[in-house]
Amino acid sequence: MTPFTTLTSLVAPLPRDNVDTDTVIPSREMRSTGKTGLADGLFAPWRYADVDARVPNPDFVLNDPIYADAQILGAGKNFGCGSSREHAVWALAEYGIRCMIAEGFAPIFFQNCVRNGLLPVVMDKDVLSRISGTEVTIDLPAQTVTSSGQTYAFDIGEEAKTMLVEGLDGIDLTLKHADKIAAWQAADRSARPYIYLGDNS
Amino acid sequence: MPHTLFDKIWDLHHIADTAGGTALIAIDRIFLHERTGASALNAMAEAGRKVLDQAQVFAVMDHIVDTRPGRSDGTLMKGGEGFITETRAACHAAGITLFDVNDADQGITHVISPELGIVLPGCTLIAPDSHTCTQGAFGALAWGIGSSEAEHAMVTGALRVQKPKTMRVTFKGALPNGVTAKDMILALLAQEGAGGGASHVVEFAGEAVRNLDMEARMTLCNMATEFAAFTGIIGVDQTTTDYLRGRRYAPDSLPDWSDLMSDAGAVFDREISIDASTLRPMVTWGTSPGHAAPLGDPIPDDADAKVLTYIGLKAGQSVEGLPIDVAFIGSCTNSRLSDLRRAAALVQGHHVADTVKVALVVPGSSAVKRAAEAEGLDQIFTDAGFEWRESGCSLCFYAGGESFPPGSRVISSTNRNFEGRQGPGIKTHIASPEVVAASALAGRIVAPKGDKG
Repeated sequence: MTPFTTLTSLVAPLPRDNVDTDTVIPSREMRSTGKTGLADGLFAPWRYADVDARVPNPDFVLNDPIYADAQILGAGKNFGCGSSREHAVWALAEYGIRCMIAEGFAPIFFQNCVRNGLLPVVMDKDVLSRISGTEVTIDLPAQTVTSSGQTYAFDIGEEAKTMLVEGLDGIDLTLKHADKIAAWQAADRSARPYIYLGDNS
Repeated sequence: MPHTLFDKIWDLHHIADTAGGTALIAIDRIFLHERTGASALNAMAEAGRKVLDQAQVFAVMDHIVDTRPGRSDGTLMKGGEGFITETRAACHAAGITLFDVNDADQGITHVISPELGIVLPGCTLIAPDSHTCTQGAFGALAWGIGSSEAEHAMVTGALRVQKPKTMRVTFKGALPNGVTAKDMILALLAQEGAGGGASHVVEFAGEAVRNLDMEARMTLCNMATEFAAFTGIIGVDQTTTDYLRGRRYAPDSLPDWSDLMSDAGAVFDREISIDASTLRPMVTWGTSPGHAAPLGDPIPDDADAKVLTYIGLKAGQSVEGLPIDVAFIGSCTNSRLSDLRRAAALVQGHHVADTVKVALVVPGSSAVKRAAEAEGLDQIFTDAGFEWRESGCSLCFYAGGESFPPGSRVISSTNRNFEGRQGPGIKTHIASPEVVAASALAGRIVAPKGDKG
């Protein structure tokens, strides 16, 4: 995974609450079991005036030429709610979004971001309204967003930060604890034998 | 020190702390479906990794399977067959149990996992599906994750989890007649908003919850994800164990699970109390499950203009009496036998209004379908003008295949009224199966006769 340290980009504003993953990537745009070929369907219901003909909707933020190269998307509360589909994050990343700044994220979406090297930053509404549409520099090791000479701090879990900064794969990290997991399971087998369905078959 | 139910399950499954409030948590059960599961299985195979314990991983075809009679692998969604054949091949290669398209046990993940006793009290269960919270009704810690996390749990037997906060929602008093678990969760969403439970484990408690049967408890927990919660959970009691006794994957002799309740005096990060006796049948008016109100109440004055434009309504207007084009009973929220019985009782001897273009009943599982047919419910529905289908997720969401007529206004027993969820331009109003059934007969959104709307 690409490590995330700093990023300078315009913040494309999408100031809506409860943007769901059905809108980020509609089910009908998920055409294969792979993780690619999704950028074209990103925000399809809002981005296209005619979804089937792929006619752009000029009123949608990502169709504004100013934000053609934006790598940061700003949003409202509870972004990424609804379906757990990781395709939402794969679509955003494939399109070129490397960071989301929102008033809040749905929990599954947040975790999917971290697992795919996309930085989810939570900021309050007041800060978001000030930085939306401006060029900002994000410094993840320092946990700051700087815009127009103003620097704003943000919180992110220590583990999420390490994984993003170092571009780590969570499975490799957990496999380092394989002995601890095996020991836990060995003890649990006597406490809850009924959990281990393979032992009785 | 008194503990919450969540604390007890977390502590039991805690293997090690990792960093900054994150812990390695053992995962007892993993459930996959063809829409997101194949991604996890393929990624695992491509990385040269294997499932740690095959007996603890299950998969089912539910999301895009055809629900018309006589189905095969073909789907109405273009290219959908690939998801089914690839998932089947990947399940076989990984050596995990698959409930296939025409298997007698096929059905929606969160309907069949309880039916088969795969979810058990006190266990951890994950699935790459946001409605996994449904299964918290069994006193399990069951939550939705992405495909990468499903792969993670299959390979390692554990997940790295940021410890969620805890919330208790207590429904005091008894529900009025005709008011259901669906109305309870919609009332909570209306009161607190769709982000109200953000990253909390939400325990549902109180007299009205204790009085619910297991199927209704599943309806309640099902929409915890619509509340932005980490998951929903309900303490174990006699109702729970009575349901599980004799289920295929449940132990022959049930263990003592009586400790799987929050202790008296347990402290939650947040507490909400709702008087169940004041609740009424609910219906959504907008494009978020939080946009809900008692049937007959006006749309709030401060409703978002973009939302109202999409749904074609105005602030101050009531949803009650709106003409509908479609009535849909199904989904992991409300497609179990008790849901179908209650809806059938209302439609028996009546007919769907002529103005309703589509009226559809999709049982939650093949077992539910058989049980309903044994009671003659299918005949009641078809006599009334409903279509009766094979089980699956069906038109809870639009995958690009089967759709409702363009621009339809739909009364739906499902969980999501998002813009475009059931198809481009489709206007979805979520309600209980009773309200869906009554509305299908009336041709407009109404409460069942005898209920105060």
